[in-house]
Amino acid sequence: MSGLLTILGRDLRLAARTGGDALTLVLFFVMAGAIMPFAIGPDRVLLQKLAPGIIWLAAFLSMLLGLDRLFRADEDDGTLLLFRHAGTPLEAIVAAKLMAHWLLTAVPLLIASPLLAILLSMDTAVWGRTALALLVGTPALTAFGTIGAAVTVSLRRGGLLAPVLILPLSIPVLIFGVASVGAPEGSSAAILFLAAISLVSVAFCPFAAALALRLGSE
Amino acid sequence: MLDPQRPDVTLDSAASKPNWFSRLAHPGSFMAWSKPVLLPLGAVTVLAFAAGLWFTFFNSPADYQMGDTVRIMYIHVPNAILSEGVYAVMFVAALGTLIWRHPLADVTGKAAAPLGAAFTALALYTGSLWGRPTWGTFWEWDGRMTSTLILFFIYCGIIALWRAFDDQLRAARIVAIVTLVGALDIPVVKFSVDWWNTLHQPASLTLGGSKLPPEMLLPLGVMALAFGLFFVLLLLVSMRTEILRRRADSLSRQAAAQSAA
Repeated sequence: MSGLLTILGRDLRLAARTGGDALTLVLFFVMAGAIMPFAIGPDRVLLQKLAPGIIWLAAFLSMLLGLDRLFRADEDDGTLLLFRHAGTPLEAIVAAKLMAHWLLTAVPLLIASPLLAILLSMDTAVWGRTALALLVGTPALTAFGTIGAAVTVSLRRGGLLAPVLILPLSIPVLIFGVASVGAPEGSSAAILFLAAISLVSVAFCPFAAALALRLGSE
Repeated sequence: MLDPQRPDVTLDSAASKPNWFSRLAHPGSFMAWSKPVLLPLGAVTVLAFAAGLWFTFFNSPADYQMGDTVRIMYIHVPNAILSEGVYAVMFVAALGTLIWRHPLADVTGKAAAPLGAAFTALALYTGSLWGRPTWGTFWEWDGRMTSTLILFFIYCGIIALWRAFDDQLRAARIVAIVTLVGALDIPVVKFSVDWWNTLHQPASLTLGGSKLPPEMLLPLGVMALAFGLFFVLLLLVSMRTEILRRRADSLSRQAAAQSAA
């Protein structure tokens, strides 16, 4: 447990001291959402209707495209090799990296989401439901992402492969995420489904990712 | 007694006799027994397709509502069955790779992936050709179609992953994990027609019985058999190609090592 917290703290400190990554991610998120009005026309009614889907899509893309960073730096400087032989189980280390990555990617998006909400003329209530859905659903995206990143970490040209592998699996998250914003009467069931997906995937994905890291290095 | 590092060496010691499956699945003996099987299997496949297509076009009734378009079913349903069936084969092969480290398991998984993708694409294509005259649309975001499309994407991802690795032994273990994770979609495809009451009809063929009349069931059965045989034939050919490719690869490496020394 202490090993898990140490690695979590290490990753957060590393990100805080080097900086930049979270800001780039937020920029991408806001820009991806802000180009939608150019693509579909600045019709307020239409935008308001599509806004939850646009925000989900922007978050989905920014989280998928950032996947490669999960294990890349550790693989490059050999830290991953040390992790494999550490006293702390590799599964716990992957879980720590999962938490750190979620804190560094999903939370900045949540903080930036009011900006997109204004640009897309959303109601405060709809924004609140979208933010709640993002809060509940993004852990699943990061959890699936650990598998994608672990599978492609030994590949030099694996950059776009992880999103391609993970995207089909992440579609349920998008479906229930947008559904939980949509209809107020059905929203509680969808958000519960979303929470279930997140909890199950966060529980199981570190094992699959650790297995992939072990087998890939043999 | 099985040596995965040297698939070209057949070891059959009397001291520890391997069971029949190990003997069949040893790469060396696989190459030996599969070669004479190909031609008869191909002949049977052609005969089954000839019989099935004859039934399809000349000896099966037109539907009272759909008319002659019902004949698309005899192509669509076998492909749809295979789109999931091939994934089941890959699932077992992935278990074989991870648990028994079986040298033929990863060859099977690698050979099956493009075939599964092709059958899934054909199921989607024939389905949309059938959907246009009967449902009035090529595509609808219904549960069965969406989950089958996702299955197709998963196949494509697996093929891309195979191609990204140079070291095929390492690729086999990594792809096996992705195959096991991607299998989550298979029950969704299977039960999508029961979970969501949308456009695609529920299964007509179940273990409990068939809702099809016998004069439609027979052509469908023959066509399903023909497509199944076709898959086995293509799988064997493609596995043989993969084994030969690996052997050529290791031979060229040996030659390079010798010329360097």
